[in-house]
Amino acid sequence: MSNIALIATLLVIMALAYHLGLTRSRAVAAENDVRMHSRPGYYGVLVALWCGLPALVLFLLWSFLAPQLIEMLVTHQLPHELVASMSGRELETTLRRISVLAEGRGVAGGGSAQELAAANHMARLHTYENLSLVALMAVLVVAGLTYAKRHISPQWRARNQVERVITFALAACSAVAIFTTVGIVLSMLGEALKFFSFISPAEFFLGTTWNPRFNTAGSSAQGEFGLLPLLWGTMMVSAIALLVAIPIGLMTAIYMAEYAPRWLRNIAKPVIEVLAGIPTIVYGFFALIVIGPFLSSVGDVIGINIRTTSALTAGLVMGIMIIPFVSSLSDDIITQVPKSLRDGALGLGATKSETIRQVVLPAALPGIVGAFLLAASRAIGETMIVVLAAGNNPVLHGNPFEAVSTITVTIVNQLTGDMDFASPQSLVAFALGLTLFVITLGLNVIALVVVRKYRQQYE
Amino acid sequence: MNTSTQPNIPSPMVSVGNGESRTSKAKDKVKMSAENVEVFYGNAQAINGIDLDIYENEVMAFIGPSGCGKSTFLRCLNRMNDTIDICRVEGRITLDNNDIYAPDRDVVLLRAQVGIVFQKPNPFPKSIYENIAYGPRLHGLAKRKAELDDIVESSLRRAGLWDEVKDRLDQPGTGLSGGQQQRLCIARTVAVSPDVILMDEPCSALDPIATAKIEQLIDELSESYTIVMVTHNMQQAARVADRTAFFHMGDLVEVDSTDTIFTNPRDQRTHDYITGRFG
Amino acid sequence: MSITIEQRRQHRLMTIEKSLAKRHRKETRFRRVGLAAVTTGMALVIILFASILARGVPAFWQSTVYTDVYFDPEVIQLDEKPRREDGETQLAFDERYGAWLTQASLINWQSLIDNAMEDALGVDVESRQLRDLRALLASGERFALRDQFIEKPSLLGQTVEVKLLASANVDVWIKGNIDRSLPDARQQLSPQTREWADRLSDEGIIENAFSTSLFLNTDSRSSPASAGLAGAFMGSLFMMMVVILLSVPIGVASAVYLEEFAPQNRLTDLIEININNLAAVPSIVFGLLGASIFIGYFGLPLSAPVVGGLVLTLMTLPTIIITTRASLRSIPPSIRQAALGIGASKVQTVFHHVLPLALPGILTGSILGIAQALGETAPLLLIGMNAFVANVPGTPLEQSTALPVQIYLWQGNELRNFFEARTSAAIIVLLGLMLSLNALAIWLRKKFETRW
Repeated sequence: MSNIALIATLLVIMALAYHLGLTRSRAVAAENDVRMHSRPGYYGVLVALWCGLPALVLFLLWSFLAPQLIEMLVTHQLPHELVASMSGRELETTLRRISVLAEGRGVAGGGSAQELAAANHMARLHTYENLSLVALMAVLVVAGLTYAKRHISPQWRARNQVERVITFALAACSAVAIFTTVGIVLSMLGEALKFFSFISPAEFFLGTTWNPRFNTAGSSAQGEFGLLPLLWGTMMVSAIALLVAIPIGLMTAIYMAEYAPRWLRNIAKPVIEVLAGIPTIVYGFFALIVIGPFLSSVGDVIGINIRTTSALTAGLVMGIMIIPFVSSLSDDIITQVPKSLRDGALGLGATKSETIRQVVLPAALPGIVGAFLLAASRAIGETMIVVLAAGNNPVLHGNPFEAVSTITVTIVNQLTGDMDFASPQSLVAFALGLTLFVITLGLNVIALVVVRKYRQQYE
Repeated sequence: MNTSTQPNIPSPMVSVGNGESRTSKAKDKVKMSAENVEVFYGNAQAINGIDLDIYENEVMAFIGPSGCGKSTFLRCLNRMNDTIDICRVEGRITLDNNDIYAPDRDVVLLRAQVGIVFQKPNPFPKSIYENIAYGPRLHGLAKRKAELDDIVESSLRRAGLWDEVKDRLDQPGTGLSGGQQQRLCIARTVAVSPDVILMDEPCSALDPIATAKIEQLIDELSESYTIVMVTHNMQQAARVADRTAFFHMGDLVEVDSTDTIFTNPRDQRTHDYITGRFG
Repeated sequence: MSITIEQRRQHRLMTIEKSLAKRHRKETRFRRVGLAAVTTGMALVIILFASILARGVPAFWQSTVYTDVYFDPEVIQLDEKPRREDGETQLAFDERYGAWLTQASLINWQSLIDNAMEDALGVDVESRQLRDLRALLASGERFALRDQFIEKPSLLGQTVEVKLLASANVDVWIKGNIDRSLPDARQQLSPQTREWADRLSDEGIIENAFSTSLFLNTDSRSSPASAGLAGAFMGSLFMMMVVILLSVPIGVASAVYLEEFAPQNRLTDLIEININNLAAVPSIVFGLLGASIFIGYFGLPLSAPVVGGLVLTLMTLPTIIITTRASLRSIPPSIRQAALGIGASKVQTVFHHVLPLALPGILTGSILGIAQALGETAPLLLIGMNAFVANVPGTPLEQSTALPVQIYLWQGNELRNFFEARTSAAIIVLLGLMLSLNALAIWLRKKFETRW
């Protein structure tokens, strides 16, 4: 709560600083009877920034570093034998109990004498820490304010400086995307490497059995972590999905772009967009309660044993999910084929379908292939539908009517529930995630390059 | 009567141009005729009641300021305007005395008889050979590969392109220069052997040398085809057209022999336009 | 030569005409295939919505018992509800109040309900039949009764008509969602309870009433009939607040930078490829990122909406950046040139002229991105938001679930006859929210659509 108060105070001070800069620049202008370099508002903003930004940066750094520092100090203060006797986990728990005690609340079973002492120590450190933060921030605020105020002069290029700060802030925002990717790669790699210290990569990537076993605390029984059954399941479900989505999606796009009367387009386009906006969990539920039982009973009629939850069920519903994706991408790409090409074929006496099949589609082929790759990448990474409808059966088999398991399903299974975060049973999720990331990244990059080339061709 | 069984006559158009010369053209047979044609885009009228006869084997040029409706009218002649949803054509246009807007009229057949070449060259993203072969294949005009090869060769020859591309027929048509592309498009149209070829400002995207080549080509083609062309360039009309029609604000102001239009126009507007008062 | 040009012409026309019928048939076939594809797509939408509506809509109404309850002073032996006295500290009062609440919880509220039900049925139930009797009502109803009394202690000694939820099994029985001809062994309810339920239903004591509990209660394991969406709703709300506060400003800022300020160099290219790629990274990968960085490294709490919000923010960013860039790109350069031409700086041009014009597009994109985030499930499972939470979270740091995760949890409940409908109802709520967001986006797009 005090942090919020601190920031609020800082904001108020910045507002005052803005006002100060504003009036000061006006006064300077009137005094010297000159035109200032920038409008008064910019001087205001600049003064406010000088006053607030350094303090804000300090605050962020501080709130990031101080807790770790305090924790370190408190740990040092604990008796050495005690710390040495505890595992990392126990130490963490103890520290948590101490910090709860330090906040003046009670813990289960009351605190031991040592814990209480440590808690006292911690509370004291907290007070010091808070006071020094406030003091340092105040110094920075005053220093910034004085500096900026003194510099207000007709020559001071306030606008340019403010704009530089703005541009920098904008650039920093676009760096978030980079950091996200770096974060994904680093976190996956880090945890996956930990996993590979338990299981060799060869065993993981080439293993044909998936049987991780549940990790009961400290048991050394290691399961088998073969990726291939999961990869196979993923491919099977995705292939079925694409077999459904590509023909329907592509034909829908063609029909909508070339044939549909306007009224139909006005209805069907939003409807298909709605289909694209439905959460995947809804599709999963739909698969489970409608499509699965339906397929199963169809199987009964024609004499095939189709499981309610199977690769077919999941693939079919995933295909339905991807239809709008394929159709809207294909639609974009088909409409990018210049009208002059169509006119050329029509002018020779081609029928509409001949024009589409023999001229438009070949011309759009690279773009459409790119769209298919993106669709494939989406199918491979889809989670909820397969969690609900694929049946979680990580065995290598070729029967689409049987249950399968996929990479995504397994990630969810391994990371939900009460598991030790440091066991191979949990860590394998990151190795799987890394595999998934690399596969989809490959597909995406190829697709993006292909589509970009295609676009340039007709620009 | 079945020519395709006679191996010594490989393709119809090879022999067509040979016997006749331009001077022997019969200028009295009406090939296409428009009666009171009106065109609307939505509620806006683009063409106001045009009557016009186009004779067999003549070169007819449409001139007029931008937006006067000459391209729109041209596109009515093979129903290319059908591809625009809001476009509506009224009145009567005939080809060999048959109404081309009659309900039972097949657009595909019409367009095989009345070909069109567009303003911007638009070769298909296929090989040169495939570009030419597309039309004949579509209409089943060649029964054998050899026949198709002959059609491709003769069409390219007619378009004066054969010598330039005969060694690279399998390369993409989009790789040619602008002028070559436009001649490729003309060859593509010729390959279907239409009766009439419509040309919508065929040289506007080309440099003067390429333009000269196309003009020469039009001159040669006019021996065996009826050609209707839209042009912005009055000199071009004067060079290649037998007759010229002047369009203004959706009206057909006057149509006459090219000489008459350029030397002795009847209408003041025509006079103003050709003398450069507006354009 | 015997063949004239005219004959050759005729021959060619005939050749073409002969093939025409076949070509037109092909054309028709192609068009029919296209129409079939569109129809299939539409039919699937209809089937999906119809099946979910058919299952979910009845779940908005729930079997409810209307009966008189006597707040018996002999059972309710409770001190007066404490009031805060002058000079008393908040802490001391809280302690006193807490003690009173504990005392209230120890009272046998169930016996009040038992008595009321006996009266309603007009029977005297022996103790071994008590289980059958209690099976009629949701087990959480005694707490509802307690809360009602705590709210209004003046009820003591009075007889009031109260509304109590029937148990999930009774709801299923009365709605006919279970095969009534099944043998006793496979029925969830004993024959006695079933008979009583039918009797009460005939007498109009059990009615199908609009289920406010679906919206006002949190999830419940012990008392499925009173499981509601309130907790999940708040969780989703908190997450969306985080997403809106972070992803919209950051997304718009980075789009503005990339589109208007960024120099054309390798780094910019890299960022661009990177963003396009992030947009296509599977959502579950973001969940792994959240689990490892936010929870593992920064030590943020498990199951907290703030973590979910952060993960969804990272996931939504690419969408918002891409749509914002598209709408910035659609502003013609002439506007920028006009502003620059009268001496505005680049920053002024962008903020005074370009951004306001691009606002509708940015809004639409942001809303669509948020709608997408609202329905996302998989990454939330990995950061512990599938934990069972019995309270409505008060802050974004408390444990919580989210709407889509609640759907996931409910669909897996063993009590399928009841929860299939309940899940569908939750889906209807979620889809309702998302569709209204989508409709809002479409409306905005239509309203501000500008052609240059």
